[in-house]
Amino acid sequence: MDEKLLVIEELCVDFPTEKGPIRPVDRVSLEIRKGAITGLVGESGCGKSMTARAVMNLIKKPGKMTGGRILLEGKDLGRMPSKERRMLQGREISMIFQDPMSSLNPVMKVGKQVDEAIRLHERVNAGEARRRTVEMFAAVGIPDPERRYEAYPHQLSGGLRQRVMIAMAMICRPKLLIADEPTTALDVTVEAQILDLMEKLREGGTSILLISHNLGVIARMCEDVYVMYAGKIVEHADVETIFEDPVHPYTKGLLRAVTSLQEEDKTLETIPGNVPQLDELPSGCRFSNRCAFAMDRCRTEEPMLLEKEGRACACFLEDNKK
Amino acid sequence: MRRILQAILVLLLVSLALFVMLRIVPGNPVAVLMGEHANEATIERLTAELGLDQPIHVQFFRYLAGAIRGDFGTSYSLGKPVSQLIGAAFVNTLLLALAAALFAWIVGGLCGLLAAIRKNSIPDRLFMGFSLLGISMPVFMVAMILQYVFAYWLHWLPISGISDWRSFILPAIALGWNSAGSIARLVRSTLADTLEDDYIDTARAKGLSETAVLWRHALRNTMLPTVTMMALQLSGLLSGAVITETVFSINGIGRLAVQAINGRDIPLLQGTVLFATALVIFGNLIADLLYKVLDPRTRRGAKE
Amino acid sequence: MKDALRRMIRANKLSLVSLIVIFLLILFSILAPWLTPYGEADIDLMHRLSPPSAEHLLGTDEAGRDVLTRLLYGSRVSLMVGIVPTLLSMVIGAVLGVLAGYLGGVVDSIIMRLADIVLAFPSMLLAMVIMYTLGDGLFNVFLTLTLMNWGTVARIARAETLKLKTVDYVEAARSIGMTKWRIIRKHILPNCLPMLIVLFTLNVPSAILTESALSFLGLGIQPPSASWGLMVNTGRQYLFNAPWLSFAPSGAIMLAVLSFNFLGDGLRDAIDPRLRRR
Repeated sequence: MDEKLLVIEELCVDFPTEKGPIRPVDRVSLEIRKGAITGLVGESGCGKSMTARAVMNLIKKPGKMTGGRILLEGKDLGRMPSKERRMLQGREISMIFQDPMSSLNPVMKVGKQVDEAIRLHERVNAGEARRRTVEMFAAVGIPDPERRYEAYPHQLSGGLRQRVMIAMAMICRPKLLIADEPTTALDVTVEAQILDLMEKLREGGTSILLISHNLGVIARMCEDVYVMYAGKIVEHADVETIFEDPVHPYTKGLLRAVTSLQEEDKTLETIPGNVPQLDELPSGCRFSNRCAFAMDRCRTEEPMLLEKEGRACACFLEDNKK
Repeated sequence: MRRILQAILVLLLVSLALFVMLRIVPGNPVAVLMGEHANEATIERLTAELGLDQPIHVQFFRYLAGAIRGDFGTSYSLGKPVSQLIGAAFVNTLLLALAAALFAWIVGGLCGLLAAIRKNSIPDRLFMGFSLLGISMPVFMVAMILQYVFAYWLHWLPISGISDWRSFILPAIALGWNSAGSIARLVRSTLADTLEDDYIDTARAKGLSETAVLWRHALRNTMLPTVTMMALQLSGLLSGAVITETVFSINGIGRLAVQAINGRDIPLLQGTVLFATALVIFGNLIADLLYKVLDPRTRRGAKE
Repeated sequence: MKDALRRMIRANKLSLVSLIVIFLLILFSILAPWLTPYGEADIDLMHRLSPPSAEHLLGTDEAGRDVLTRLLYGSRVSLMVGIVPTLLSMVIGAVLGVLAGYLGGVVDSIIMRLADIVLAFPSMLLAMVIMYTLGDGLFNVFLTLTLMNWGTVARIARAETLKLKTVDYVEAARSIGMTKWRIIRKHILPNCLPMLIVLFTLNVPSAILTESALSFLGLGIQPPSASWGLMVNTGRQYLFNAPWLSFAPSGAIMLAVLSFNFLGDGLRDAIDPRLRRR
C-alpha cells in the first residue's frame, strides 16, 4: 500500500436549523493515497462538497465540523492553530470549484489573482510572481499567456477560466488537489481537455480528490471510488470493481441508470423515489425507502461500513453473506 | 458621448421649466417690490429696464444668453449680481457638503462594514438600529438636537454661524446624518451578499486571512454600488443643506434660496435653483462614468 | 396575493408592530377631540411654556396650549399630507409609467423627459419653487407633494412594464388579438401592483418629511392650521428654554417615518423573497 496522504476519520458536519440540527456529513471516513486520483461520487446534495469544504475549512456558517478528524500526512488539521492551517491551504492542499465564472473575482485581473496565491506563501516580488504565473498559464495550456494575464474573468471562455483556476490551485505545487465538479459547467470537448490536464498533474506527483456526480468522468479518471448517499459513505472499492461488480443497491441503481441510457432498446431505469431531505431521513438505513432489497432489519438499524477484501460496503445484504 | 448630450438637454428643459414656473405668478414683480406708493412711471421704466415687458420666449433666450456668459441677472432684494451671491454662498455649501459627506461615508461605511462581518449578531442589530435612526430622523430634528446638546448645554461648539473649522462640525453631522444611515444599510447588505459569493471561498482556499479577504476582495466589489450611491446623494445633500443652513445660520446656497423666496426675488431664486440642479445633473453624470471606470465588466472588452 | 402578504408579515414581527403603530396614529388623529380634555385652541397664558407634567403630558407652548393636544390635531394634517398626495402621485405615476413602457416611442420619450425634469431637482428646492408658484397653504402643499413624487413611480412602473411586456402570457394575449388597453388593464397593471404598494409605504415617509421641512421653513402649512412641521418651527424660538416644543413633534414625525419604513421593508421582503436581505 502506498503512503496515505489524506485520512478523514468519522467526519461529521452539522447545520443548525429551525427544526433542529441536520447532519449533511455523517461519520464519513475516506483515505487518499499519494499519487492517486480518488473519486467521490453521489447525487447533488449527498454531502460530497461539504466533505471537501470541511477539509479546506470552508464550511459556511452556521455549519460546523462537529466530529471526527482530518489528517494530512498524519497532522491533525482540526487541532492546528488556525494560522498554521490557513498557511497549508494553497500550498499543501488546494481546491478548485465547479463554476469558474463565479469563483473568480470579477473586478480583478486573472493574473493578479494567481499572483496572490504565490505571494501569500513565498517571498517573491511582483515581477517574479508574474513570471511564474505566466509560466503556469502556459503549462496548463492557456494560449498567449502574457496577454491573458491581463484579462478579466468575463473576457475568458469557460474552459480558459477553469484553466486559470487550476493554475491558481497548482502554482505552489500542492500535494493534494481537491476538484469539486471541475468539468460540470463546461462543454464536453472542453471537459476532455481539462481532464487530460488533470491527468498530467497527477503524473507530476499531485494527488487528486475528484468529486463528481458524473460516473463517466469518475470511470475515466479515478483509481478508487467512494460512493456517498445522504451524508454517508455507502461503498468503496477500486474503480474496476465498482463498475463491474457493485455491491450496494444504490451503486447498482446508479450504474444501471447510466448504462440504460446508452442501450437503445431498454427503457431508462431510474431509482424510484427521491433523495431524502436531511430533516426527513428514513429510519434505519437511509436508502431503505428506495431499495428493492430492503429487509425489515434495514428499516430499523443503520448498517455500518464494513471492509472486506480491499473494498467496503454499508449494507446488511453483505453482512448476510459473511 | 450620448449621456453628456442628454444631461445638457435635461438642464435646458429644467431651466425652461423653472423659468416658466416662476413667471406664471400673476402680478408684476417690480410693482410688488416697490410697494404701494410707487409711481406708475417709475414702475414702467424699471420694468422696461429689466426687460420684463418682453414676450416670455424672448425673456427666456435673453436669460440663456446671459447664463452662458455667466450673468444670471441681478437680485431684486439684495441688489447684487446673482452670480456673485451664488459664488460666495457656494463656497460655504461646498465645505459643508464635503464635511457632511466625509462624516456619512466614514461613519456609515464603518457601521455597515462592522455589521456585515458580524451578521445577525448583537453588534449587527445595534449598528442597523443606528442606521435606522439615521434615515428616519428629519434633518431639522438632528440639527436642533445637536445644537441643544453640544452647543447650548455642553458649550463645546458654536451655536451658529461660521467662525472657524469647528463651526462646521455640528452642521456637517446634521447634514450627513441621513446619508450615513443609507450608506450603512447599503454597505451592510452589499458586503453581506458579497461575502457569500464563490470567489470569496476561492480566496479563502488560497490561504488568505479573513482581513485580507475583506480588504482585497470583498470591499472592492462592495465599493461599486456604494460609490454610485454616494454620488447620487448629492441631490439629497443639497436638499438637506436648505434646512441645515437655516438652523445653523450658515450663508450657503440653501439659505440663499430661502431668502430668495421670502423676498420674492425671482432672479436669485432662479439662479440658486438652477445652479443646484445643474450640480445634481452633472453629479449623476459623473456617477455613471465613475461606475463605468470602476467596473471592468462594463468596459468594452472582447469575449474570447 | 394579499393573504400571502398578510401571512408573511406575520413572520416579520417588526412590520406587524409598525402596521399597528400606523393604524393607531391614524386612529388617534381621527379621534383627537375625544382623547384629550383640552381644546385645540385653548389658551392658558398663566401656564405658558411649562415643562411636561402630570396635567400636560408634553408640556405647554408659548400660548399655554397643551402640546399633546396640538400634536394630536396636527397629526391629522401631517398624516393626511403624507398619505393622500403619495397615493395620488402613485396613481398618476403608475399610469404614466405603464403607458410609457407599453406604448414606447414618442409617448415614452415625452413622459420620460418630463420625469427626468422633475427628478433632476433636489427635492427641497423643487418643493420650494412649486410652493412659490402656487402660493402657500394646505391645498398647495398637497399639489406640490403630488407633483414631486410621480417621477420615481413612473420610472419604476415603466421598468416593470418593460419586463412584463415580454412575458409569455402577455405575448399569448397579444397573439389572440387582445387590445393594448385590455392587456394593460388586465395583465400589466395588476402585476405592478405589489411593487407599487411597497413603493407607496416607502414614499409616505418622504412626503411627511418634505411637508414638515417646508412648514419648518415657513413655506408650507400656515397658522392657524397646525402640522407637526409647523410646530417644530414655532418651537424653534424657544429651543433653549422649552425644548419639548420642538422635540415632541419631531419625535412624532420620526415615529411615523420609522413605522412606514419598517412596514415597507417587511412588505418588500414578503413580496419578493429573492430580494431578501438577511
